[in-house]
Amino acid sequence: MEPLAIADKLKKKFPDDVLDIVEARKQVGVILRRDHIVEICGWLHDDPDLLFDHLLGLCGVDYRPKGRGFEVVYNLYSIHNRHMIRLRADIPEDECWLDSVIPVWRGADWHERECYDLLGIEFRGHPDLRRILLPEDWQGHPLRKDYPLSPTKKTEWQGYEELKELSKALRVHGFQQESSNSKTAQHLVKEAGNGGT
Amino acid sequence: MAALEQRSMEIPIPAQEKELFALKMGPQHPATHGVLRLDLFLDGETIAICKPDVGYLHRGFEKIAENKSYAQFLPITDRLDYIGAMANNVGYCHAVETLLNIEVPERANYIRTIVAEMSRISGHLLWLATHALDIGAMTVFLYCFREREILLDLFEELCGARLTTSYTRLGGVRQDVSALFMDNLTKFTDDFPTKIADYETLIDTNRIWLKRTQNIGVISGKQAVQLGFTGPTLRGSGVDYDVRKHRPYCVYDRLDFQVPLGRKGDIYDRYLCRMEEFRQSVAIIKQCLEQLPPGPIVNDDAPDLIMPITPQRKVAADSIGSSGIIQLMEDRNIYMEGDVYVSTEAPKGELGFYFVSDGEGRPYRMHIRSPSFIHIGGIPAICEGEMVADVIACIGSLDVVLGECDR
Repeated sequence: MEPLAIADKLKKKFPDDVLDIVEARKQVGVILRRDHIVEICGWLHDDPDLLFDHLLGLCGVDYRPKGRGFEVVYNLYSIHNRHMIRLRADIPEDECWLDSVIPVWRGADWHERECYDLLGIEFRGHPDLRRILLPEDWQGHPLRKDYPLSPTKKTEWQGYEELKELSKALRVHGFQQESSNSKTAQHLVKEAGNGGT
Repeated sequence: MAALEQRSMEIPIPAQEKELFALKMGPQHPATHGVLRLDLFLDGETIAICKPDVGYLHRGFEKIAENKSYAQFLPITDRLDYIGAMANNVGYCHAVETLLNIEVPERANYIRTIVAEMSRISGHLLWLATHALDIGAMTVFLYCFREREILLDLFEELCGARLTTSYTRLGGVRQDVSALFMDNLTKFTDDFPTKIADYETLIDTNRIWLKRTQNIGVISGKQAVQLGFTGPTLRGSGVDYDVRKHRPYCVYDRLDFQVPLGRKGDIYDRYLCRMEEFRQSVAIIKQCLEQLPPGPIVNDDAPDLIMPITPQRKVAADSIGSSGIIQLMEDRNIYMEGDVYVSTEAPKGELGFYFVSDGEGRPYRMHIRSPSFIHIGGIPAICEGEMVADVIACIGSLDVVLGECDR
């Protein structure tokens, strides 16, 4: 089916949930209210004309600088029917949650964990929602637009400071002190360089 | 220091798992193909629960992309799947070109197809080498690296780099192919099929190999689709899905090649699929070499420039708005607002890029759909119920790269 026809069919089935249909470069995105996302996904997955069996990807976008909230984007593909559609669930800024679509696509598990980790969107009904790429004690969600590109001392990961101190403590017993008795490493390098020329 | 020790002690174990034997495999383990950690809970020698843990190689590529121009991000794609960097370059450029609506000259498209297939062969060679080594077949490793060396030398001849190639450009490729490259590649395509037969005589009917791979790590086609698998990992289960056939890019719609499928979805079928892909890739390269048309290799209207010979000053992330690419894009009116998802068939599976553009010279948001991330997410479905000795064979058969998984 043509992507626009799929979007129209979706709008006929769920008229209250579809907010907008946008097209760019022959790809169609359907902007949805978030309330019935699992129902909509389940219908797309099971409808015999559509059969969207493959979840290509799931990611979040922070639209707050543009004056909107967040968005979770589902790229769906039907291996059987060879067509594609994109769902974009609109999420208000102050209530950052969405229902999990794991009952529809098992593979959404890690995508949702990643989205939670990097953007702080909570997926309700997820069996094991915890950080995946970043350490468990990380503060903040890096892909939010207000997260700084390079951290200050305050916003830096606490574990990094601990590692630095650990390496300082190890250096006391290390190579530098032992070699200072005779010649420093720099001297050795210099001599070797002179000998060569 | 004290806090570090305390944290490592606090790995939560759910109540019902306490009677099981907990085994932490990795992240520093030679057979995990990178920094992958598996938390295994064993019931005797059978795996009851398997929990992969990733993120040790997370470098924040998606955040970096939001602060670089489209052209500046290209070298970073080399570091995704660092075994098949060419395929990543092709995938990224194809995605950006779709977003910005840039035409690619015919010759460049053919060259891209050639290098993408070369990178598929070299990626599969490394997979076969390490997978066989993990299971215990040492000889194949040496044979595979011999042929991989030829391919890496060809890449060096083409663009000067062996692994981190950064060869494609937005709107074309960096350099034209030389006569030496063409000769050597033709020779390679003639020789390579006999080499594939060599590998197959070593392991195809080897009794140990069969015992370690047949009926192990079985995943049905339906399950594999549910989990979002792509590439040879999905096709091993008998599902006919190949981006090159379903949504053709470059010149794949003009070439004659088959997509090999497995039947049972065990490790052996995935192995057979990849072995057949060697032959198909060689056939694709041969056709491309025959059909390669003359002409330009980069579009005149491309926003990307040939890399300047004199080094330029560093452009700070905030002042990127004044950099050359924006000016070019404004002059030629090629930027757009909106979002696209474009994917290509990388050696590991479907490599997709989702761009959100707000009309600036850099992506507003870029998401990388990396096949390895999804395949590692599916490890529990494959491993649970298998013996602990087969975990390595299962991971090997998925062909994962952690650089791509963690991004």
